[in-house]
Parts: sequence; C-alpha cells; structure tokens
Amino acid sequence: MTETHEPPEPPRPAGSRSAVRSLLRLWPYVRPVRGRLATAAAVTVVASCAGLAIPLALKWIVDGPVAGGDPSGVWLGGGLVLLLGLLEASLFAVRRFVTARPLARVEADMRADLYGHLQRLPVAFHDRWASGQLLSRSTTDLTLLRIFLAFPLTFLLVNGATIVAGFVVLLIQQWVLGLVLLAPVVPLVIICAYFEERYSRAARTAQDQSGDLATVVEESVLGIRIIKGFGRHRGQEKAFAALAGRLRGTELHKAHLLGLLWAFIMSLPELAIGAALVLGVLQVADGDLSAGTLVAFLSTALALRWPVESMGFLIAISNEAATAADRYFEVMDTPVPPQETASRPANPPARETPGEAPQETPRERSGLRLEGVGFRYPDAPADAPPVLDGVDLHVRAGETMALVGTTGSGKTTLTALVPRLHEATSGRITLDGQDIAAMPRERLRELVSVAFEDPTLFSASVGENVLMGADGGGEAELRRALEVAQAGFVDSLPEGTRTQVGEQGLSLSGGQRQRLALARAVAGDPRFLILDDPLSALDVHTEALVEAALREVLAGTTALVVAHRPSTVMLADRVALLSGGRIAAVGTHHELLRTNREYALLMAGDEDRGDAADAPYARHEGGRR
Amino acid sequence: MTTATDQTTTEPERTATGAGPAPDDPFDKDVLPAPKGASRALLRSLLAPARGRLRLSALVLLLQQAAVQAGPLLVAVAIDRAVPAVRRDDYGPLIAVGVAYVVSALAAGLLQYVFIRLSARIGQNVLLDLRGRIFRHAQTLSVDFHERYTSGRLISRATTDVESIRELINDGLQELIGVCLAVVYISVTLLYLDWGIGAVAVLSFVPLRLLMRSYDRRARSVYRRRSTAIAAVIVKFTETMNGIRPVQAFRRERANEEHFAELNAEHRSANVGAMLEMARYVFLSRLVANVVLAAVVLWGAYRVAGGGLELGVLAAAVLYLRRLYDPIDQLGMFLNSYQSAAASLDKIAGLLAQRPGVPEPAEPRALPERRSGMPGREVVFERVRFAYRTGGEVLPRFDLTLRAGQTVAVVGSTGAGKSTLAKLLARFYDPTDGRVLLDGVPLDSLAGPELRRGVVMVTQEAFLFSGTVAENIAIGRPGASRAEIEQAAKAIGAHDFIAALPEGYDTDVRKRGGRISAGQRQLVAFARALLADPAVLILDEATSSLDIPGEQAVQRAMATVLRGRTAVVIAHRLSTVEIADRVLVMAGGRVVEDGSPAELIAGTGRFADLHRAWRDSLA
Repeated sequence: MTETHEPPEPPRPAGSRSAVRSLLRLWPYVRPVRGRLATAAAVTVVASCAGLAIPLALKWIVDGPVAGGDPSGVWLGGGLVLLLGLLEASLFAVRRFVTARPLARVEADMRADLYGHLQRLPVAFHDRWASGQLLSRSTTDLTLLRIFLAFPLTFLLVNGATIVAGFVVLLIQQWVLGLVLLAPVVPLVIICAYFEERYSRAARTAQDQSGDLATVVEESVLGIRIIKGFGRHRGQEKAFAALAGRLRGTELHKAHLLGLLWAFIMSLPELAIGAALVLGVLQVADGDLSAGTLVAFLSTALALRWPVESMGFLIAISNEAATAADRYFEVMDTPVPPQETASRPANPPARETPGEAPQETPRERSGLRLEGVGFRYPDAPADAPPVLDGVDLHVRAGETMALVGTTGSGKTTLTALVPRLHEATSGRITLDGQDIAAMPRERLRELVSVAFEDPTLFSASVGENVLMGADGGGEAELRRALEVAQAGFVDSLPEGTRTQVGEQGLSLSGGQRQRLALARAVAGDPRFLILDDPLSALDVHTEALVEAALREVLAGTTALVVAHRPSTVMLADRVALLSGGRIAAVGTHHELLRTNREYALLMAGDEDRGDAADAPYARHEGGRR
Repeated sequence: MTTATDQTTTEPERTATGAGPAPDDPFDKDVLPAPKGASRALLRSLLAPARGRLRLSALVLLLQQAAVQAGPLLVAVAIDRAVPAVRRDDYGPLIAVGVAYVVSALAAGLLQYVFIRLSARIGQNVLLDLRGRIFRHAQTLSVDFHERYTSGRLISRATTDVESIRELINDGLQELIGVCLAVVYISVTLLYLDWGIGAVAVLSFVPLRLLMRSYDRRARSVYRRRSTAIAAVIVKFTETMNGIRPVQAFRRERANEEHFAELNAEHRSANVGAMLEMARYVFLSRLVANVVLAAVVLWGAYRVAGGGLELGVLAAAVLYLRRLYDPIDQLGMFLNSYQSAAASLDKIAGLLAQRPGVPEPAEPRALPERRSGMPGREVVFERVRFAYRTGGEVLPRFDLTLRAGQTVAVVGSTGAGKSTLAKLLARFYDPTDGRVLLDGVPLDSLAGPELRRGVVMVTQEAFLFSGTVAENIAIGRPGASRAEIEQAAKAIGAHDFIAALPEGYDTDVRKRGGRISAGQRQLVAFARALLADPAVLILDEATSSLDIPGEQAVQRAMATVLRGRTAVVIAHRLSTVEIADRVLVMAGGRVVEDGSPAELIAGTGRFADLHRAWRDSLA
C-alpha cells in the first residue's frame, strides 16, 4: 500500500500536513510489507463493496421476484445475499491473516532499531534523556504505530473508498437525494480540521506526560533506599500524584475534543439522511420513485453511517500515531557521532578475527598521550568554563599513572574521553601513536578497558559479566581475572561463576560488585586500562590483597587510575594532578607531596588537623612540608 | 543496579544449572501470587467510587442508543405509513417522521458527547486511583522486596499494565455497554416488527456466544504470554539504558542486540498469536452473521411475496440485522482489551497483594522527650536475630546497646553483617526475632515520619532525583528554607562545588545526576542527612568516594553539627573509624570485638590487625 493517508472522503484538512509528513516517515519500515498491506487494503475494499452490494441485492429481490411473484427468483436473490455475505466474511479474515505477521514484524523492527540506535548514542545523550521517556517511546508509542498500520491506515483508505463508492451508488440511483446527503461534507471537513490540530497537540502533551510519569516511577524505585531512609514517601507520592493529575487533565481535555468531534460526525450526516428520507417519501408518493429504490437508497445511506462516523476516531488515532512517530523519530534522528573518518556509524563493520588485527603490529609503543584535550558538555551554558581545557598528559607504554584531583575536577570525565564515551571537543588523544578519533569505536574499546566508579553488573551470570570485555575468554581467563580482583567470593555463590547477578539475579554488595567490575576490566589483558577509583568500596584487608594482585597486572599495562587515596596512588608509577581543567603537575607521589601544596592537601588533608586520622599519612610522609 | 546489600538475598540452595533460576521462587515469575479473586476485588474497588457516574453514563448511553437505533424504524414508518398518507395529502406522519429524525440525530450526537466526557472522567479517575495505589504501595514495600522484584518489572506494572487497563476503560467500556444496549434494542425492535425474524436473530446469539467463549479462552493464554514478553523487553531496555556507560565501554551493543532480538521476537510472536486468534474469531462470527442475514432475506422475501410481511418491515429488519452484527468485531476488540487488561490486572493485583515486610504500626507511639537535652537517643538491640526469609541466618541472636550520643564505628570484612545491622537499625528490615528500641520505644511502633526523625541512613550509592540540587538536599527536610539548605551544604563542604554549577543550587541534576561526580553526590547525600537532623545517623560506606579533604569536612561536620547525636558509621576507611568513641568489629554476623579505638589498636585482635594492614597500605 502506498501512502494512503489521504482518504478521498472526507478529505484530510489542510492543517494535517505535518501529521501526514510524520506518518510518511514510517515508509522505510512499511516498505518491506507494502505488498501485504496493499493486498489487505484491496481485500478490504472488495469486502466492503460486497457488504454494500447486499442492499442492492435486496432491492433486486423486492422490485423483481417479490413484486412479480417469482419464487425461483427469490431463491436466486437469497443465494446472492449469502454469497456476498460469505465473500465479505472471508475477505475480512484474509485481511487480518495477511497483515498479522508483517505488522508485528514492523513493530519489532522499529523497536530493535530504536534499541540499537540508543545503544550507540553518546553517553551525553543519555545524560539528558530520562530513560522513562525512552522506554515509553519503545513500548507505548510503537504499539500505537502498529495499531495504526493495522487498522486506521487501512480503514482510512477503505472507509474513504467505501464512502466514495457509496456516494457514486447513491448518486446513480437518485442524484437529487444523493446531493442532499453530500451536503454535510463541507462543514464536516472544516470541523475535522479544527479539532485535529487541537487534538494532536493534546495527544502529544499526554504522551510526554506519561513519559514523565514513567520517569518518576523509575526514580522512585531506583532511589527507594533514600526515600525510605528519609521517610519521604509522602513527597514522592505528592510529586507522582501531581503528575498523574496533570495527565488526567490532559486526557479529559482530549475526551472533550473527541466528544465534540463525535457529536458533529454523528449528527450532521444523520440530519442529511433525515432530509433525504422526507424528500424520498414525497417522491415515492408522487410516483417519481419506486419504493424499492428508496429502500435500497436509504439502506445504502445507512450502511455508510459507520464508515463516515469512523472517520472521527480514525483521524484521532492517526493523529496520535503521528505524534508517536514524531517522538520515535526524535530519538532516531539524533545522529550517532561518526565512528571514525572512514566508516559509517549505523552499521559498524563486522569485526574480523578477534585479537591482533593485521594493521597494528609494527607500531611505536608510545603509550597513551593526551595533547591539548578540551571538553565541554554539549548542553553546558555558553558562558560556563569547559570542564577540561588543554589537558596534556603522557602515560608511557607500560606505565601506570594515577590521576588525582578534587571532587568534581573532571577526573571521571577525562577517563570517559579515552574510550570515547564522550568525544573530546578539542585536542587529540593517541594510543600508541594512533589517533583515537580515527579508530572505529569498536576497535578502540577493545584496546581500552574500563572499570567504572559505579560498578554496574548486567543480568547475566558472574562469568559472563566478567568476560564481557574479553572476547572469547575461557575459564582460565575468568579465573585469572577473578584472582586479580580477589573475587573468590563467587565460588561460595549458589552456582559459582554461573550464578545470575544484576537486575534479575542475585544482589551483591557494593564491594562485591566493585571487585567484579575490576575483574571485568582486567579480563582479556587489555593494552590500556582505565580504573576509576577501583578500590573505594573495599575493606582494608581486601584492598591490600587486590592491590598486590593488581600490581602485577599493571606492570605490563598502560594504565590511568583515578585515585582518591594514597593507597590507590601507590599503585601508580607517577601521579598527575588535575586542577582547573588541566594537568597542573606530574611526578611521583613523593615529589608531588613535597612540591605541590594542592596535592599535599588532597592526599593528606588539612595541616592544622592534628587528630588521629592524619597520623598515618603524617608519619608516612615524615612531616608534610 | 539498584542493590547494595551486604548479603546475598536469596537462598544459597539454588540447584538449577544454567541460566534459569530456581523454579519455586515466585519472584522469578512475572505474576506474584495473589489471593483468589484479588483482581476482581481490585476492579470492584476501583470502580466503586464511580458507581453514580457509571449509572448515569449507562442511562446516557441507553438514551443515545435509542436515538441512534431510531433511524431504520423511522424509515419503516416513512415507507409503510407516510407514503400512503402523503398520497392522501396527509402530511402529518411525514412531518412527524422528519421531526423525529432531526431530534434523534441531534440527540445521538449530543448524548455521545456527554457520554464520552462522562466515561473519560470515570476512566481517568480509575486510572489516577490505580496509578496512585501502585505507586504508594510500591513505596511502602520493603527494600528487600524491591531488590527481588526488580525495578523494570515495577515500572512495567505502573506503565504498560496500567496502559492496557486504560485501553479497556477508555474504549472497551463504551464498546461493551454500547454493544449490549444495541443488541437489546435491536432484538426488541426486531421482535416487535416481526416475531419470526426476531426469533431467528435471538437464536443466532447461541452460536455467536459459543464463538465468543472459545475466543475468550484461547486469547487468554496468548495475552498472558504477550504481557510477560513485553515486561521482559522492558527490563532489558531499562537495564541497558541505565548502564549505558559499561554497555558502550565493553562493546556490549551487538550481544545486547542479539539478546534483545530474542525477547523482541518472543513478544512479536505472542503479538502475532493474539492477532491470529482475533482473525479467526472475526471470520467465524461474521460467517454466522451473514448466513443468518441471507436466511432472513430469503424467508422474508417469500413472505412479502406471499403478502405475509410488509415490505417496509423486511427492509427495516435487514437494516437492523446488519447493525446487530456490525459490533461483532468491536466485541472481539473488547474481549481483546479485556484479555490484556485482565492479564495486567492480575499482575497489579499480585503486586498490591504483597504485604509490606516492614508494616506501619497499627497504634503508633511517639518518641519520649529527650532525657538529657542531648539530640542523640539510646539504641538497644534486644535479643535480635535476623535471617532472610528464604533461609540463611545472617545475624545470630545478640544484644547490643549504643549509648545516646555515642559515635560507633562498625568494621569487618564484606559479608560480616555490618550493613544488615545498619538496615535493622534503620528499619529497612524487621528482625526475625527480638526487637530494636530507640529510647525504649520499639522501632516497629513508630510511624514513618516519627521513625525518620529518629533514624536516618546515608548509603554509599548516592542517588539523585531529577530536580535541582536544592530539591535533592531538601529531601532531608521538606520545606527547609534556602538558607537552611545552604547551611547544610556549607557545613559538609558541598557549598563550593554547588555554587560553581551553572545555576548554583537551582541546577537541574538531570538524569540521575550524570553531571555530578560520585564524590559530589555523596556530599549532597550528606547535606541531606544533615538537614534531616535525626537523633541517630547511620552512615553506610557513605564516604567511599570522597577525597581526603572531603572526608575531613564530613568528619568536622560530624564533630560539630552532629555532636551529641548517636551515630553508627560503617566504613572501610579506618580514618573514619578513628573519630569513633567505640568500635565494633563484626565477623560472621557476630560482634567479635568491642571497645574504644585506642583499646582495640593496643590489643591483639582483628582490629589491631586491620589497623596494621591499613597503615601498611599507606606505605
């Protein structure tokens, strides 16, 4: 079926241009099933015509065999009605059988595309978009679009065609009466145009509001410990109730508009039929019209009632579908940042054999180098200073560099630039001399492994979670990684490394999750390792063990380790101090403690604090400054 | 990830291998067990307040259908009465028919409008009520429940499941009432017009009813399957979007897509199943309808030819029959939305049937006046024992008293029971045996707000709600003035970074505080706790992401602002421990050492070892 959102009758008002354009964007998804949809539409048209022909058959019986007292003619007529009825029933069934699979596929394809696209959108996008809003696009909106393709789209065409065919039949039978019935078309078109615009605005508001509602639900679930810890159910409930109340208001407004539209669509044509009836009776009385013709005429007119009335809600659903399409494409239109200079973003080339790709063997091993790297969040106000401004840093091959800075100085942001979770806004980052901007992300992220501050595990087994970064890693690899992270606790889990964790599995403690996240980062021996405060949730004893194991791994790896503590810093060969958006100092821990005030403060705290907390550092450093 | 318990929360005896969790855990299924008839009772209670409006809307629809169904009858009258009358120059009947037609046309439209408004109001009120119930109920359920039920499922209860009930109420209700009324009207009219034809029409309901029942049965399982499938899709979707950083960093995109494709395909096939069931139903019912219609035409035409039936009556009968069977599809669609709504209702009822593991007291008590003018209160664990309900004792029976105003550090390795202790004190869980007393009052007899004036817990995961920084801090004490909020932030050392944000305290933290670092989030969480001004403050790993100056600011704040309060500090950093008056060392769920930091360090126990290890780690 081609783009048939323009039913001939009543014509779509001019104000609906944008709705049509929104729906036209579905074409790429509809294209593969266009044959099926067209078949369904054609079948439905025939079926409707069969339905319309039944009154004609009746007229033929009444005026012919009945008037002439011909019993065999009556049999023939009855057979005709039966035939038409069978045809109608079968064709309606065919329509549904033909479209069920393809339309379910369209919905699934669109959902899969949205999911795939969202996975590739930059982290900055996800920071801005509440996942409730994304979720409602992926579920409610797509269901609505499928329903639109299954019914309103077909029926806009079919009912339109039925109406036109019906009017042709009417005009042929009795052109005067036919014209009377046509009279309400003009006011109906105007009224539809008026309501459609308002209705689609209200529909969009309602969809957005239910997305917001989903966000509140989600946050209140994810933040349940805080809500409980502070006893703030009341506040959350109030916020939720306010939003839900607003949504209700919008829905009631929609109902008001829809009700008015219905009222007009029901009353006007009926008035015309009434007028035609009176006129027809007069004509029959005058003998200008046969009774059979009037019966057939009115039967046809009444049979058209449903197609005409249905236009009201068909238009309403189409409008909602149009806004759903807008919401869907709003996300789909957000460009995925280019993969690299050469390749296309949407379809990353299938990775060839894992492991050493041929092009990279003879390369200078120059480590990780940041040159004049700047970064500002895309949505930051124009006058805000950039988070990072001219960061120069060289982590030599095989070296471990600690990254230190005050809370909020941009350490985590900086680490996100290396695997290109955020794209540096200026400057250059190279890995062994190769510019990461010119590397396919896939390849880059194979080289660089990260342990995040917030150790997210996925709904999968422990083993799968750990081996996520190590393509094709086996049991040995898993063991080694768990060993490094001192994650021996997994063996006492109900099913060992096959225990399901994450959202749908076993709940692990913060320290346990952090160790698994660390194991995940070191699994598969990445060339470059980025650890964001990897030991923060570990107890002292475990921390010491992890450090010892980690040292061995770090010995052969180029690593950048965000550190808050002297103990973590001690893992590193050198330390870089991030301050004011740039690297303020680089040196060994001891050098910086002596020479850099800010660093000394960060690592040892206030000088004037004489309490026990500082004592170890104080002793260790032998007098700070 | 939403969990940070110190213990594994499911029984360790899971035996199933591979991916499938143990089959007997009700939480593995989407539908939680609910008492029989719970969904029906839920529906009834939702509709109860709308009883008046429901009756009114039924009445409106009754009148509206009368107006709508008048058409063919008027046609019959016009042909059989008005035509001969006009031929006799009597225009009375014609005028009457014309006026009646106009009135019924206008009435049909107007009543339709009234009905839509009315039914929308009923539906929206029900939805508001239902959404509120789900939300409120979810909020009262224990942390333990949330850890097991998972956020994705809860979200799909409150979104897609409510949505399917919305569809039922919005469109279904009108369809059902409308169709029933139309069927009654039409049947009565047909019987009135002609006994024989009427009887045929009524008889035809028998096969139609059978068809409907078979459809109902077959569709039920399909809809249940579909609703479970979409919930799985939602869980995967939210998990991916919330963990987008590791997803991208570990190149999970393709693997995720494969998994998502499986879930998506399951949903798709359930969807197809539902549509095909519908197609089958529509075909069969249409078939019955059209066969009956043909039979009536044949039989009627014979009788008209024989003079036994008036032509107008036959015409009207055929028109009515068409109309009678027109809503068959709609009835199918109603069954459709009814099925999916019923599946959703079951799940919602299952959720609502969950009793809070930590119920509100029936007769709440108030905390006594403070004894010494000191803000802190005494905490007593009295013969407390704790085991997860799935088995596995975490804390064997113990007694413990924390003096008012004491700062107590709890140390021990992962799994020693520190967090469980804290959660019992915060009443995230209730003890299996024994009780926890706050100044002599059992925690489970304190109403929510009173409890939180008593005990507040700051956890390691510092979640920020969307809204401004100020709003996030004000969670500690709703209605706090800006000055109070700023004061709290200053005391904790968070003021500087907040002031440096683009809009200071009014900066929107966006989605889960993406732009605020973990350390800063912990500071905000602290400011929150400070503002809450509780008698007992629990810090569970609450300084893990802070740098040393940040931690020192927190310690200073605790020494000044929180002076005299009872504090329980769980920390791996022994620097935090050293500000404590008392240290509890836990192992295997028991307190194995108890004393002042100096005493313990001087001793030869675990704490002395830990302390030594910690010092070594600094070298």
